[in-house]
Amino acid sequence: MAGEVPNLEASKLTALVVDDNFVNQSVHHKLLDRLGIKNDVVSNGQEAVDVHCSGRNYDLILMDMDMPIMNGIQATRRLREMGIESKIAGVTTRAEEEEVKEFMEAGLNDFQEKPLTISKLVSILHNLELYVQT
Amino acid sequence: MLGLGVDRLQADINRLLTSLFHQGVLDEQFLQLQQLQDETSPTFVYDVINIYFDESEKLLRSLRLLLMDREFSDYKKIGLHLNQLVGSSSSIGARRVRTVCVAFRSASELNNRPGCLRGLEVVEHEYHYLKNMMHELFQLEQQRLLAAGVRYPM
Repeated sequence: MAGEVPNLEASKLTALVVDDNFVNQSVHHKLLDRLGIKNDVVSNGQEAVDVHCSGRNYDLILMDMDMPIMNGIQATRRLREMGIESKIAGVTTRAEEEEVKEFMEAGLNDFQEKPLTISKLVSILHNLELYVQT
Repeated sequence: MLGLGVDRLQADINRLLTSLFHQGVLDEQFLQLQQLQDETSPTFVYDVINIYFDESEKLLRSLRLLLMDREFSDYKKIGLHLNQLVGSSSSIGARRVRTVCVAFRSASELNNRPGCLRGLEVVEHEYHYLKNMMHELFQLEQQRLLAAGVRYPM
């Protein structure tokens, strides 16, 4: 990996991975773990909404776009309607302009194309002011 | 003697990986997976690749069943399955599988059934090649660890 991997354990950041794909769930969970960010994983937008309804809150939500039951656009919109102010970063393999625009307009703070890497995740954290590179 | 065995096996592993990168079967995302493997998850690559195999085989079976049905018309479902395959293939660095899935997806977006059937054959071919190569890689890794006297939790 180019450069040092920052350890953000002391920052006590928390994250929620929202993705229906088990491979992506494993990889994104591990990427966050590696950065010292405690994280939970859910499989679709409805579960993301439900986990917030149960009282949980996260600094960062990594939101996939295409998911069954409730997709990322619907879930982002719903979370914002609920008053959730967490930073939400959309992550998807599909990056057509119109789809990204719709996703952003639903209430995203940032967007990254998959596959996620350590450097893309650090970039998300930096863009969202959750991590300041020194 | 043991040391030579370990070195030879490592050289075989490096040669295989170099070949897979050179053929475009794998890309730098596979290196990312390797770099995520650590003492807290010493079998991370093996575990994730096996999740990928399980999920992909379910999706490929489902795609074949859909396309073999004479009454088939649900191209949207084909597209959804392919989105999954594209996503997980790119997450593990399976570049060629990802590329042929994207081509297959284009055929499905045009409701092109012969194109989809061809696409499925190509994806199945690339997937099985990748799977065989990964099994070879894991076997070499296992042999290397045994030669180095390390217990590998499988």
